[in-house]
Amino acid sequence: MSEIITGFFQAIHLIITLNPEVMQIAALSLFISLAATIIAAVISIPLGGLIYFKEFRGKRVIIVLIQTLYSVPTVVVGLVLYLLLSRSGPLGVFGLLFTPEGMVLGQTVLIIPIMTGLVIAALGGVDRNISDTLISLGATGFQTIVQIVREARLAILSAVVLGFGRAISEVGVAMMIGGNIRDATRVLTTAIALQTGIGDFPFSIALGIILLLIALVVVIIMNLITSGLSFESQAVLGGPRT
Amino acid sequence: MIRIEGLSRRAGGKTILESIDLEIHRGEIFTFIGPSGSGKTTVLRLIDLLDMPTTGTIMFDGIDTAASNEGVRLSIRRRMAMVFQKPAVLNTTVAANVAFGLKFRGVERSDTYSRVHEALDIVGLPHLAGRKAVTLSGGEMQRVAIARALVTRPEVLLLDEPTANLDPVNTELIEKLILSIHRKFHTTIILSTHDMVQGQRLAERIGVIMDGRIVQVGSLHDIFYRPQGRDIARFVGIDTMLKGIVTSNEDGHAKVSVSNTVFEVISPCTPGTQVTLFIRPEEITVALKDGDLPKTSARNQLKGTITKMVPFGPFVRTTIDFGSDLTALVTRRSADELGLTVGMTIIAGIKATAIHVIPESG
Repeated sequence: MSEIITGFFQAIHLIITLNPEVMQIAALSLFISLAATIIAAVISIPLGGLIYFKEFRGKRVIIVLIQTLYSVPTVVVGLVLYLLLSRSGPLGVFGLLFTPEGMVLGQTVLIIPIMTGLVIAALGGVDRNISDTLISLGATGFQTIVQIVREARLAILSAVVLGFGRAISEVGVAMMIGGNIRDATRVLTTAIALQTGIGDFPFSIALGIILLLIALVVVIIMNLITSGLSFESQAVLGGPRT
Repeated sequence: MIRIEGLSRRAGGKTILESIDLEIHRGEIFTFIGPSGSGKTTVLRLIDLLDMPTTGTIMFDGIDTAASNEGVRLSIRRRMAMVFQKPAVLNTTVAANVAFGLKFRGVERSDTYSRVHEALDIVGLPHLAGRKAVTLSGGEMQRVAIARALVTRPEVLLLDEPTANLDPVNTELIEKLILSIHRKFHTTIILSTHDMVQGQRLAERIGVIMDGRIVQVGSLHDIFYRPQGRDIARFVGIDTMLKGIVTSNEDGHAKVSVSNTVFEVISPCTPGTQVTLFIRPEEITVALKDGDLPKTSARNQLKGTITKMVPFGPFVRTTIDFGSDLTALVTRRSADELGLTVGMTIIAGIKATAIHVIPESG
């Protein structure tokens, strides 16, 4: 017990004194996950919109597939990407394995399904009467889509924030694609795993606290966003707040 | 202005509308009445070009909308506006909600501002322009929806059960608003309602829809006093439907025998014809004894016993057994003054002209 308490206080000390290694790991984590989130959002929002607004054969199957990928284990994504990015793999020529860029790619692939699925759900959460109302008011097809996306903007933003949450907290892809190389690809989750393994609890706890703080910020942002959402959209994102 | 020919709509393996033929004239208030689920909303959606018909055509000023491309359909749709039963408002201000139709048409910002305020003035909500639309009450939302439709100055205003979810005060307000819009702008108004009394208050012409078919089109008088069938009669509030046989006819003054009681009616039906007599409840007057009702005003005077009295707003629905059942609508005041009670014997008087006669084969 005393070891945990001591570790906790040493961790606080590491954070307050802005320990360079802790800060470097935290900064790299934020950079990689933010980059992955932005790229995934750029892909997922139009993709989700396309799937939602277009009527095509197999649409239901695609949505079920996307929902299935919400819970794909990160190590499975890591393994597949490892095989693709390794020197002998089809994408080996790009030299992305064990680089931050490779980790951005991995996290992007990891969060695209959840972000796309939540974008589809966000658009589906807009009252169906809105679409009829807009068309009846003389909107063109494009004007209708733009207006519905605007109506769902807060729920879409929530989808992006949730995607970021999954990216920064995952460990499988970061470990397998990044390799947990010091000063190069070591991020919060992989560093915690390593430092705990070698018994450096204060360092692990410090990184854990930072990770929790980031999670806390994500939750606060989510709450601020969802407080402006309709009940339907809140239900899509896990039920209305009480 | 709008001509509908052979219109049908099937969805999900179900026929929702079948063989609709109808003409709606410019500047009139046309009301579809019918029970819930009869297809009223579907007709309005097809007229507003929100859905495609399975078969048939809708001609708008001579243009076949079903055969037109999306550009033409959009330009026709922009000459109409529809208010839905459950108004949907976007998560923005009331003024921005009202402005959408103008925004889609690329109307200048300065013009938009004045037209939005003009529309909000008409519906009596200028003070709510800056409010978040989602915070409005049901009645206010419906008025915003009407303002949003009006702001585009539509030639045709479609209103789908506009008061279905509103209290009586708001219902009256919306009805007055609809009538004032019609007076002021001469807009063609196509309305649907399951409330036949509202149909009476608002319509110039009525189309009765039942099970996806238009079963009768006509004036208020035609629909409410000359229904062309039992189902329509029941829907428009006629409880008394008596089967009988014509026993004589002199110059249109016919006598009809209904289970040993003879009714005098106005009908061209020849003796021997099986007929159904339809009598509106408010057309039956009630007296305590013979002679209280002058024969000149009520040719038919039937002695019967009150079997049921059910309060119905300011009236009492009174069932009288004279061998068959008659239902009369008596004001509460009259019922009290006459001291009507169940089991009492009374005289029911009905004018010959108040009885609508349909031959059985018809």
